[in-house]
Amino acid sequence: MHDKVKAQGGRGVSIALAGSGGAGVMTAGNMLLKAAAQAGWYGLMVRTSGPQIRGGEAAALLRISAEPVECLDDRFDLVIAIDWQNIHRFADELPLDAGSLMVGDPDQGNPPEVLTQRGTRLAQVPIKKMAKAIPGSWPNMIMLGIAAALVGLPLDAVKSVVEAAYGKKKKELLTPNLAAVEAGFASAQTLPAVPQLAAVEPTQTPRWLLTGNQAAGYGALRGGVRFVAGYPITPATEVLEWLSPALTKVGGTLLQAEDELASINMIIGASFGGVPSLTVTAGPGLALMAEALGLAVAAEVPVVVLDVMRGGPSTGIPAKSEQSDVSIALFGLHGDAPHLVIAPNSIADCLGATQWAVHLAEAMQSPAIVLSDQFFGQTQAVVDRPADMHFIGERAKASAPTEAYKRYALTESGVSPMSIPGTPGGAYTADGLTHNERGVPSSQAADHLAQLDKRERKLLRHDYGDYWAEIDGQGEIAVITFGSCTGPVRDALARAAADGIKVRLVSMRLLAPAQPERLSEALRGVKKVLVVEQNHSGQFHRYLRADFDLPGEVRSLRHPGPLPIHAEEIYRKITEWSLM
Amino acid sequence: MSTKKAVKQTGRKKAATSAKVRAPVRKKPGSPISVTDEIDFMTRAWMMELEAVERYSTLADAMEEHNNPEVTELFRKLSRIEQLHADQILEEHLSKRPPVLPPGGIRWDAGEEGPETADPGELHYRMQPYHALQIALACEQRACQFFTKIARSAKNTAVRKAAREMAAEEAEHVQLVEDWLKRTPKPDPDWDHDPDPPVQSD
Amino acid sequence: MSTASVAAAPITAAAFKSAYKPIWCPGCGDYSVLSSITKAFAMLDLRPENVAVVSGIGCSSRIPAYTTCYGFHGVHGRALAAGTGLKVARPDLTVLVAGGDGDGYSIGGNHFLHACRRNVDLTYIVMDNHVYGMTKGQPSPTTEPDWESKLSPGGTGLRTFHPLVVALASGANFIARTFAGDPNGTAQIIADAIRTPGFSFVEILSPCVTLRPEQRGWKEQAHPASVATTSDPAKAARYLMTDDGFNIGVLYKGNRKPYQPPMGKGTKRVADLEAEFSI
Repeated sequence: MHDKVKAQGGRGVSIALAGSGGAGVMTAGNMLLKAAAQAGWYGLMVRTSGPQIRGGEAAALLRISAEPVECLDDRFDLVIAIDWQNIHRFADELPLDAGSLMVGDPDQGNPPEVLTQRGTRLAQVPIKKMAKAIPGSWPNMIMLGIAAALVGLPLDAVKSVVEAAYGKKKKELLTPNLAAVEAGFASAQTLPAVPQLAAVEPTQTPRWLLTGNQAAGYGALRGGVRFVAGYPITPATEVLEWLSPALTKVGGTLLQAEDELASINMIIGASFGGVPSLTVTAGPGLALMAEALGLAVAAEVPVVVLDVMRGGPSTGIPAKSEQSDVSIALFGLHGDAPHLVIAPNSIADCLGATQWAVHLAEAMQSPAIVLSDQFFGQTQAVVDRPADMHFIGERAKASAPTEAYKRYALTESGVSPMSIPGTPGGAYTADGLTHNERGVPSSQAADHLAQLDKRERKLLRHDYGDYWAEIDGQGEIAVITFGSCTGPVRDALARAAADGIKVRLVSMRLLAPAQPERLSEALRGVKKVLVVEQNHSGQFHRYLRADFDLPGEVRSLRHPGPLPIHAEEIYRKITEWSLM
Repeated sequence: MSTKKAVKQTGRKKAATSAKVRAPVRKKPGSPISVTDEIDFMTRAWMMELEAVERYSTLADAMEEHNNPEVTELFRKLSRIEQLHADQILEEHLSKRPPVLPPGGIRWDAGEEGPETADPGELHYRMQPYHALQIALACEQRACQFFTKIARSAKNTAVRKAAREMAAEEAEHVQLVEDWLKRTPKPDPDWDHDPDPPVQSD
Repeated sequence: MSTASVAAAPITAAAFKSAYKPIWCPGCGDYSVLSSITKAFAMLDLRPENVAVVSGIGCSSRIPAYTTCYGFHGVHGRALAAGTGLKVARPDLTVLVAGGDGDGYSIGGNHFLHACRRNVDLTYIVMDNHVYGMTKGQPSPTTEPDWESKLSPGGTGLRTFHPLVVALASGANFIARTFAGDPNGTAQIIADAIRTPGFSFVEILSPCVTLRPEQRGWKEQAHPASVATTSDPAKAARYLMTDDGFNIGVLYKGNRKPYQPPMGKGTKRVADLEAEFSI
């Protein structure tokens, strides 16, 4: 079956480059992806590594294809290891089969049994000796040459990436490492074959190479964010690192906070001052921010919290992906606290979804939580340049407030014009205490109800347009998913389609406020619903069951991280179910 | 002050220890200030009254918020009386050159408030008009002492004369408040009784 | 008082007082502090719309709404974080952060350390009454070890927190203590604090007449500091370490440069940034 599917250009080839500390597998992986991108292919690269800061076992997991790819494949065609130390720890993430090929260095021992048990072929190349023979060169450049040759990437494409990396700053390294790439490339000619990349022409349309963390950061700026406060946390820190210089360039500023309690309160303070603001965190940080998010709801201060989800609870698995913050994002606030929860559905969409979140937060003066995850955040991908969107943050402001100014006026839309500090006559106190229309603390039932109603109303009356979800296909079976499961679901649906099975896809971008009517509309005629998510308890499934009307029979396909949900398991579930 | 003594000690902390006795920050009455001429002197007298007006008004607000209408009304009345005094000074002595208040109010000496300004720390939510009048009496007495001192120590003859007049005026006020106190019922022995504990708020 | 700050049409303290009546107990020191703040704003000839008063939770944290300035009454302990975000994003505003001892030294302790260290140009006043007022009398970090309460029968037995020493060690640029019973003196010091660039910390002894009635005696205990303001942290440290808790005055004034993270000039358009992603 694999062979049959593999023949489809969209599936591409999957390569893992492994080795322990100092092997430079990430650098080699980056160069391979960049070379492929420049030569016209799409692709992505996931990093996986042990917990050690330096010297740990690591692997670069790549998928390169002639067509856009949004997730890793279910299996690898090729694993090249500079050494096999502790690589068994990644065995789950390196699914191999009889069609796969392992390339190892005979001087570094044999691959662990867990990798060889599926009958995977093994080829030996003395990688380290070859590098040693070229003084000044490194084994990872031999590896790069081998990988390029095996999958059919032109040698020139790889060489030009190496030249760009070393040609300017480290010229003395260029010649030996170019020689190493060539040596690796040549050595691969005698190795067993693996599937080759489908031919492509250099692209005429613009493409980008970026991570979801970078895309989200850029989306925030496009939405109008000009103040960011954050506390370092894996796997979200890169967003802050990207934003710090970027904000300076566009007239904004970033502050490193002492903790997440400070981050969220700093951005609430800044946004109270009229500046669209954002913070970036992961699950443990989001938990700390929950109290202040309630303040942002009550005081109606727009802020955006980007949560790059990782394995939880508690410290969990910090550097690996999981979609297990759904419940806290939706329900983690105390009191009745309606707010926005938005999930990007691809690496490129981290840009659009974050930009949209800023737009929505500002338009409704509400906090918005964006649920990205480690896979999106830290995966580097080649994508088509996303289309420009018109969404920018625009807040209703009280331009010439008078004595009678009511900060929390009960308007029909629920949105009340906000007076920004510095505006004469518009002074008011933003308050987390229940208040009346003027913002004066009140414990009266009528005020409480009126303000709760208004804050609910402003979210429910907003027209979210078609952007609330990606809806594709027809058929009586539907898959509902969100976030980084969307990629494998799309792959699975393509395979099902090849088998003649029609399946509908609904990937929800707007998780809250719930849009039950829109979902019912999208599911009209559907008799079977499969809910796909990457967590243990089925948080998304439970939410759909509670807040939406799902037609027919509903099943849940889920498992926790760090293993991604594979297209294969979704495809199998759908084909089985379609026969019943 | 009686309001102070009668308050029940809810905490059992021993009297705070202070090893050495030092001059307290808040001295009463306010020390004389260097006054240049009669206009300057009257300007300060006027400001002193204005400060008292504002303070009584703040105290009235505090009592109103704490549902003590009798004392609220009394402080409002005291505020109005001080306003009349201020207006009188303005009319009789400063009508030719209306003074401008310095931002943040006048600086008396070492940062103190005006001698006729009541201390908000003397309030109690259950206080009775008698207590309020005791506060007012202390203010008038301080004002009187203040002017008396200037009447004795000022170098400028005109200032001394004006200070004597003001001191006499304040003495009259002292007498008025004393009479008022006589007409006012003494506080009930359990005036501060409150069987309920304080309320929890935020 | 700075005569230079007196403009042609001087603003009065009353212009900074809102129509809302405080919920504070009659006799509470916070009334005087409110009066001092409004006087200080007037002395500096500020305009209410250009001032933001930011607070957390507690009796004293109710203060923003009692002014005519822009107010922010946030969550417990995070006032300094909110104030820092506001000032950094809007350096044109005058930001005054206010609160109590529980809010600032207990739940907000970490932010206190880092606000001192960060030295953003704002003023932090703590109305310290050595007790939790709004929850009816539990010991705070500045409560004496032998003060008894329902929650701490026999007293906490814990050493009291020394906010001024902590502020000095953490890098605050201006450190003062005042007494609420001296509103004009407090106003002068608050004005000085606002005027001094960087993070200014003003600890105000503000009696709680309801839960700590013995604090009515503070007016006899508060006394002017016997030393002049120093810019030498070592001198200040020595003096503060032997402090009796009632020294009033500006005890330290440094000359550290205030922290303002690079605020870009906006030389680039957002769209220019995408060049780095292009293949």
